[in-house]
Amino acid sequence: MSEAGSETNVSRVAVFDTHPVEPIDAESPLAWSRQRGLVDAAGGSGQVRAVERPFLGHLILRGGAITLDEAVRAELGINLPGKPLGLNLDADGSRSVQWLSPDEWLVIVPGGEEFELENRLRERLGDAHFAIVNVSGGQTLVELSGEKAREVLMKSVTYDVHSHGLPVGKAVGTVFAKTSVNLRRPSEDRFELVVRRSFADYCVRWLRDAGREYGVSVESPTS
Amino acid sequence: MFHIFCPYCDERREEEEFHPNGQAHLVRPADPDSVSDEAWGDYLFFRDNPRGIHHEMWVHRLGCRKFFNITRDTTTYEILETYPMGEQPTITAETARVRHEQGVQTADGGWQTVGARPENSTLNEETPS
Ligand SMILES: [Zn+2]
Repeated sequence: MSEAGSETNVSRVAVFDTHPVEPIDAESPLAWSRQRGLVDAAGGSGQVRAVERPFLGHLILRGGAITLDEAVRAELGINLPGKPLGLNLDADGSRSVQWLSPDEWLVIVPGGEEFELENRLRERLGDAHFAIVNVSGGQTLVELSGEKAREVLMKSVTYDVHSHGLPVGKAVGTVFAKTSVNLRRPSEDRFELVVRRSFADYCVRWLRDAGREYGVSVESPTS
Repeated sequence: MFHIFCPYCDERREEEEFHPNGQAHLVRPADPDSVSDEAWGDYLFFRDNPRGIHHEMWVHRLGCRKFFNITRDTTTYEILETYPMGEQPTITAETARVRHEQGVQTADGGWQTVGARPENSTLNEETPS
């Protein structure tokens, strides 16, 4: 962990880069599942495909919508979703901002970008009333695709996952198999589940069970 | 199961996502040091338990995680309206009967949800006390 509190304008806030200076092996939240043989080496021929996207940068932004919107647009080039349940992505879909509650948004960027982004946002926001928390280590993202992906979700969440209930550009916090999930629809052909790290193995077991009748594969690229 | 309207998510969600958190609109004494033990005890421990219209605080625990208020009928479980923190109910014990007689079931903005009705309505009939 490299401390960089003195490098930012807001010196009273302690920030640190969660990426070690010396590269060391990191374990994805699905490491335990892999050890137990629940992660497949390559995509199968089934109709449901779950792929973990581990080690992404997850930041929680809190504050007023107008203030945060200016900063996020300037530093990330994405509009802050002003309306409830909005999900905005950049052109290639690798960076996103999700509405979580009236004063709270989830930013997901490629792994390694989050520390620099946090610093730039802090600098731009200056003395505004806001909070940024790096939650990258606490949750992980699982992509769900395949022609029966929606059927699997229909067994797992009470939310209406049909396109009229969950169209592209919508994201909801809801219940997934009795645990919590941020269910996102970034594009027509896939869903994203943002789940807590400690529940990742449980969610994979659930997906394997719910997807068994359609044929399901779970993949997780190693570091 | 109820479908409850979250005023922050701006749509109806399954009851499973919510959790009740007791009576709404409790006001903490402005100067706790100067109130009597009895008044402080009332504030801390004593809650209304009305038969009929009740205003409760709920939290959208597995959604946006915000608190909001619900006006609920404790005899029918009917949720008459939901409204954000800091706002006042449009339906109260005084207005409910009038609204019911007029056949008005919805709060302003159509926020309410209609819950399960009791199987045996006589059990829930108002008895003169
Ligand atoms: Zn909500």
